[in-house]
Amino acid sequence: MATVEDHAPNLPSATEERPIGYGRLKRKEDARFIRGQGNYLDDLRLPGMVFGAFLHSPYAHAKILSIDTSAALAHPKVAAVITAKDLETLGLAWMPTISYDTQAVLAGDKVRFQHQEVAFVIALDAYSARDAITLIDVDYEPLPVVVNARKALDPGTVLIRDDKVGQRDNLASPTWEAGDKAATDRVFAQADTVAVRDIIYPRCHPAPLETCGMVADMNPATGQLNIYNGNQAPHAHRTVYAQVAGLAEHMIRIMCQDIGGGFGGKVPVYPGYVCAIAGSIVAGCPVKWMEDRSENLICDSFARDYIMRSEMCSKNGKITGLRVDVIADHGAFDSTAQATKFPAGFFHIVCGSYTLEASHVTVKAVYTNKAPGGVAYRCSFRITEAVYLVERMVDALAIEMRVDPVELRMRSFIRPEQFPYETTTGWTYDSGNYAKTMQVAMDIAGYDDLRKEQVERRAKGELMGIGVAFFTEGVGAGPRKHMDILGLAMNDGADLRVHGDGKAVVSISAQTQGQGHETTFAQIVAEELGIPPEDITVRHGDTDKSPYGLGTYGSRSTPVSGGAVAIVARRVRDKARLIAATMLEARPEDLAWEKGRWYMRGDPERGAMIEDIAARAYSGAPMPQGLEGGLDAQSMYDPPNLTYPYGAYIAVVDVDPDTGYVHCRRFIAVDDCGVRINPMVVDGQIHGGLAEGLGIALMEVITFDEEGNCLNGNFMDYLIPTALECPDWELGETVTPCPHHPIGAKGVGESPNVGSVPAIANAVIDALLPLGVKHMDIPCFPARVWAAMQGRAEPPQ
Amino acid sequence: MQVTININGKPYSGDVEPRLLLLHFIREVAELHGTHWGCDTSNCGACVIQYDGMPVKSCTILAAMCEGHEIRTVECLEVDGQLDPIQAGFHEQHALHCGFCTPGMLMTTRALLDENPDPTELEIRTAISGAICRCTGYKNIVNAVRWAADFEAAATQGS
Amino acid sequence: MQTPASFDYERATSVEGAIASLAKRGGDARIVAGGHSLLPMMKLRLANPGCLIDINDLTELEYIREEGDEIRIGALTRHVDLLKSPLLAKYFPLFHDAEMVIADPVVRNRGTIGGSLCQADPAEDLSAVCSAVKAIAVVRGGSGERLVDMEAFHIGPYTTAVGADEMVTEIRIPVRPNHGSAHEKCERRAGDWAICAVSAALWIDGGVIADAGLACSAVGPTTVHVGRAEDLMRGKAPSEALFAQAGQMASTDCNPSADSRGPVDYKRHLASALSKRALRRAAARALGQEA
Repeated sequence: MATVEDHAPNLPSATEERPIGYGRLKRKEDARFIRGQGNYLDDLRLPGMVFGAFLHSPYAHAKILSIDTSAALAHPKVAAVITAKDLETLGLAWMPTISYDTQAVLAGDKVRFQHQEVAFVIALDAYSARDAITLIDVDYEPLPVVVNARKALDPGTVLIRDDKVGQRDNLASPTWEAGDKAATDRVFAQADTVAVRDIIYPRCHPAPLETCGMVADMNPATGQLNIYNGNQAPHAHRTVYAQVAGLAEHMIRIMCQDIGGGFGGKVPVYPGYVCAIAGSIVAGCPVKWMEDRSENLICDSFARDYIMRSEMCSKNGKITGLRVDVIADHGAFDSTAQATKFPAGFFHIVCGSYTLEASHVTVKAVYTNKAPGGVAYRCSFRITEAVYLVERMVDALAIEMRVDPVELRMRSFIRPEQFPYETTTGWTYDSGNYAKTMQVAMDIAGYDDLRKEQVERRAKGELMGIGVAFFTEGVGAGPRKHMDILGLAMNDGADLRVHGDGKAVVSISAQTQGQGHETTFAQIVAEELGIPPEDITVRHGDTDKSPYGLGTYGSRSTPVSGGAVAIVARRVRDKARLIAATMLEARPEDLAWEKGRWYMRGDPERGAMIEDIAARAYSGAPMPQGLEGGLDAQSMYDPPNLTYPYGAYIAVVDVDPDTGYVHCRRFIAVDDCGVRINPMVVDGQIHGGLAEGLGIALMEVITFDEEGNCLNGNFMDYLIPTALECPDWELGETVTPCPHHPIGAKGVGESPNVGSVPAIANAVIDALLPLGVKHMDIPCFPARVWAAMQGRAEPPQ
Repeated sequence: MQVTININGKPYSGDVEPRLLLLHFIREVAELHGTHWGCDTSNCGACVIQYDGMPVKSCTILAAMCEGHEIRTVECLEVDGQLDPIQAGFHEQHALHCGFCTPGMLMTTRALLDENPDPTELEIRTAISGAICRCTGYKNIVNAVRWAADFEAAATQGS
Repeated sequence: MQTPASFDYERATSVEGAIASLAKRGGDARIVAGGHSLLPMMKLRLANPGCLIDINDLTELEYIREEGDEIRIGALTRHVDLLKSPLLAKYFPLFHDAEMVIADPVVRNRGTIGGSLCQADPAEDLSAVCSAVKAIAVVRGGSGERLVDMEAFHIGPYTTAVGADEMVTEIRIPVRPNHGSAHEKCERRAGDWAICAVSAALWIDGGVIADAGLACSAVGPTTVHVGRAEDLMRGKAPSEALFAQAGQMASTDCNPSADSRGPVDYKRHLASALSKRALRRAAARALGQEA
């Protein structure tokens, strides 16, 4: 068999393109993954480890009259069966959620969503655990079910959260409001054109390929709780467990090894985690819980489920006002991952990229008999919902105004000289040149040619659609003066040590689930210090060995951890300068820096390489006056603001007039995420997010029947795009550095999911315009498109 | 029942229940963890291995059914420290992020190239349409397969 | 992941042995070939047979060959082999159409024609294919062999004429001249079950349809054999208008249920639209106008 090293006459060698710093550097972490040597949670084997599995409720809403675990306990391979009663004695039957609600770990009094966890079996092997759950007998008394969020607050509707003292209805949290109602009313009163739409962003699911799980190992002799877990915020989880379990934080160690995707689905604390921990305490040995795909899709943090009614108006050809009223379906427990005081996340960004004169937004959160959650799936804290709404509304308004949708955007964009720009919901966008990015997208797409082609195809009865979306989003949460999660500052730390041999270790609190941190964060240090990336190890995932921080979600790794790493590297560089000055017998201000060395300004040949400075720092030779030995530093970065990446996306679709099937022929994405540390990794993130957005627009949805049964609980019924549905993504870029970020980067992980869904939805509706269709909701399944073509578009269940 | 399966050219034996899936035989008895699982309904492709040279979902075949057949998993691709061109291609073209679907993708695309050394983009996308990747959006996986195909074509001409 | 309940397992060494084992277990045993319908159901605990009889060693049942004026396909023939078969491409091109859209390429390496037909999922494609080309199933049991046509074979959802102690060994398709066929499927995504699929087969003699086959998947409790449309088309020249009428009959005669894939009116519409497309292509192939 040919090998790479033997025969590579005309192909790029592995040693080309090895930037020291930013650039297209191939990934260090690939080495283990391409060999099948990744360390994922289900690969973990500990001596004496046992296996947990859940019994789930078949009902969406029912009283639990009795639970008989005797037959399960009699199974020869069963070690324990835990119910809510057992958890009550440990004080773990209910747990706090990130949104200051409570969530049942195991259903005690009643079940509140279909497939809710009712009992946890611990057995000697995984197959036996699944056998044993069929032996548990539960007696239920079904109750009326609330499935329609719009009806959740109707008088007389059954109360879901009767566990909460003082709860009288199914309102999950007080209505959130932003903007200025009176000013908005005035703007609408003077408008030339108003578009009104009911727009739903249905429930969908991040569905990472690796499901959630945990191995919990409580050592009764030492009191140390070791947790192996794929989660996106290990330090935050450790704090929560310490509070909930009454342990000292430093006696809990969370180790995240390789994680098979997260996308926000691995941010919350799940009942399975608490049961694994409780199980380990009860059984006295390590307990492994790995959820199956049905549990993942039905019980875990879903995404979106925003029911929106909106009006947008224009005057003199420009967008002037926006009203949005939202009903947010939170399921049975409000466990959305939000910053405190932001119950609707960053929905403020619904003002979009436009110079609105006024806007008014309300979001009302309700309980229903469905799984808890809402904030996940690359949503940037509800920015996906906000951008979907505003970009759909811009197209709707363009239809009513009879203008080209790009033209309307170009007229209404915030202009470069207007930055920093404060929106009508009180946020300040830092920088941008929107028209330029939009133009780049149009050039790549050949927009004018596409419109000409569309005219020709329409004349033949074909249904070709062109959809545009422009988004601004806010990521990199966030400044401690503005936000926290569960009272914890959203700041992230970095520790950097350069060893005496000139090689380095940087420890970060960000938690990769595939984003390439082992490479990109090494590149940041390489850029700042000139040490080659292969000599820099990125350490992460172990709460005992990494600095505190709030983790990876909301596209915050580069904006926050990236900032921390740049700053810590500069602190090391500053110390290196002082040491170099001593080595060169010069004053520090006489030295200048080029990547990898400090040198004499007046005599550039004389300098000190970073590896020699490092050796000096640990040697017995004299250090500068007052400076301690070693070459390391720490930082804890408090971002001054969110960052505001933006982009222009264009989708081209062809709809089969006979079947309604939507084929996405082309997709053009132009992103401005500021400085790009590794363009290869950035492009890869965008490809992946676009595929997810295509899925949401065309086929991904979680629906329920009237009894609250989830209809999409496996991968036959929850459809994810394959390589055949995805076009060959066409990417472009503009680069507008973030003015406040240490390296000018903005973050990009969620942008493609934010922008692609409205682009494709707009394209489908554009395709159907000749038939008089002005709106349809996603997902654009063939049946739903066909119904829209018949004039019978209906929202999904 | 006693089951012996040839995996990567080596026999592995275990006393297992008939219901043990090949996937779990590979992971628990042979202790090879490169083969993963991601669903309950044979849709995701994370578990794909080669059975007599053909890509097969190891979650949908019993270990007992594999006696007398050749099973190859991702661990067999690298030989004496040399990567298979398909592995090199995935690395060169950034065709993996989290790595979870990667072994299944590698075994599927290795089999594709064994049968069709010069696949078109459509043939590549079709070949991997039985596997889900949530991270990459598939474009770079297609590029990786073309890279490996070109590499092997150049190697054949050169030798 | 979800795992099946316990069961006994046997590897059959002969067809007779498999049948004998089925009889011995009295309905508690199931044949397993490719296993890609049965094993997923067992993992979800929707099917719980006490015994699986593995027939994968019976390689004598894997073949596609010409015998006299028939194409004969062994029941254990894998989807991938049906897809690649030059014989089927030449005589019955609808097999290639259907196999391109049955499940996914990896599943097709294991799944078999016998297994698909016997699983009898209402949305299963090969049932429509076999119905349209007037295939006959050879069913062997303890008391010998019998021939079952597709109409009799397909009884209801997941129910066929194959008895608990019988197995399908072969599918026979009569070969007649001047034939063209096609299979059209509408699905939400590659690899999905059909929302509706239609198989059409035509034999055109001297510009007139000598015989026709039209069958639909996923729009009834079992395969919908549109006999009325076949009767309509016999003796007439192929035309758009004729195919539109045939499609209308498919739409009227099928019996779809509403589900996640679509409501009833949409599925009836597809039955008509896909019938027209399939007939159009079948005619073009019969007349040598399309590859």
